Amino acid sequence: MTEAAQGGSPERVETANEGPAEAVERGQALAERTRAGERRALARLLTEVENRSRAAEAALRILYPLAGEAHLVGVTGAPGAGKSTLVAALVGEARKSGRPVAVLAIDPSSPITGGAILGDRVRMQAYAGDPDVFIRSMASRGHVGGLATSTVAAAAVLDAAGFPLVFIETVGTGQSEVEVAAIADTTLVVQAPEMGDEVQAIKAGLLEVADIVVVNKADRPGADRAASHLRSMLTVGAQHDRAMGDRPRPKRPEVLLASGASGQGVPEVLASLDRREAKRRAAGTSGEADGARLARAEAQVWGILAERLRGRVREPARAAETKVVLRAVADHELDPYAAADRLLAALTDR
Amino acid sequence: MSERPIKVLIAKPGLDGHDRGAKVLARGLRDEGFEVVYTGLRQTPEMVVSAALQEDVDVVGLSILSGAHMTLLPRIVEGLRAEGLDDVLVTAGGIIPDDDIPALTEAGVSRVFGPGTTIRQVADYIRENVQPRAEG
Repeated sequence: MTEAAQGGSPERVETANEGPAEAVERGQALAERTRAGERRALARLLTEVENRSRAAEAALRILYPLAGEAHLVGVTGAPGAGKSTLVAALVGEARKSGRPVAVLAIDPSSPITGGAILGDRVRMQAYAGDPDVFIRSMASRGHVGGLATSTVAAAAVLDAAGFPLVFIETVGTGQSEVEVAAIADTTLVVQAPEMGDEVQAIKAGLLEVADIVVVNKADRPGADRAASHLRSMLTVGAQHDRAMGDRPRPKRPEVLLASGASGQGVPEVLASLDRREAKRRAAGTSGEADGARLARAEAQVWGILAERLRGRVREPARAAETKVVLRAVADHELDPYAAADRLLAALTDR
Repeated sequence: MSERPIKVLIAKPGLDGHDRGAKVLARGLRDEGFEVVYTGLRQTPEMVVSAALQEDVDVVGLSILSGAHMTLLPRIVEGLRAEGLDDVLVTAGGIIPDDDIPALTEAGVSRVFGPGTTIRQVADYIRENVQPRAEG
């Protein structure tokens, strides 16, 4: 054991073998300290949230009602499009007006070893000394879709900690990782100028869920043309929109040119984000953007519900029955639908 | 529920521009199942401390080739302690003369890895020495 290890903080030593009641107490204490602005507690709590621990659940019971004030901005796009650099530039821009800013940056976990390289801070270290900027990397830990399972809960914690603006930077995505749009108030899609032709712009997927498309690296040749391709393909169709009435339809994003590296166009991107947020607030629960909040609520509750159901089915008392049912499905004696119905029925009749 | 991967910060304090070693180690630790936060070149002690705090890492691994280790490493350990991160394991690697190691150990660097160290050795050392985490 090293000197440092022997010295370990009482916090960790005490908790190595804690029971459920202690975990709840620790979670509550972390929530209070997070609310009081203690960054260490916030960081520890985010770890608990990532681990989906009992302490995290206890903390969220306190913090969730206090959240809901922040503007959650999802930032997504292909690997190397410049998401981190653009987010760093937006953080700098927001700091000019003194607003505290938080960033959740998700990078992929290895499906093979569970390890991950979390490299988004490389572009954001300029703000390391600023107490009003909080950057946290998260590994996706087996979750697909561009986020980690606990991203929404982590964003709620940052929200309750008093950050009015929270950027959620996804894993570098392909054409169809649209999950972030379901949990963010505003979705910003970052495109490099080399995005392809107009047909790329009308393919279904990521671009349909964008509120704002930023053609990044605006100093590169072809950036103007890419932006005008996107504009012409994404922003047309107002007449068709009206004809569609209440049917679900893709968004009509604003297309902006910017360079995260040089700062060109960045104030305009932040201004556009702020305009959208102001509009959402003004509209209250009647606005179109309120749908994002409902979708987020749904995603959270459904996720937890599924997890709890799975947990109940796997309770030791039911393990034997569950095993029999699974065996029957494996042997094709029972179909998987009937199996699920049987397990569900066993939960409700007690 | 001890499936949480160990989280390691790999940082390069100081002014030397050689980060191949740090990147190779980061990649190797990824393959060993660690979550590795990489912060890049030219980090001040304050930047390293702030990243360790916000990321809530278990380990800070510092790569240094510039010769400034006697100044920078103790400042980082002091900074971590000042923030209450005294249970974070601090290791160093790079070009560090053997004669300097006792003073660095005294300052709170738990282990200095010299040239020729394998990734496996680093990973095993971390697994054996990292502080247990609360679960539940």
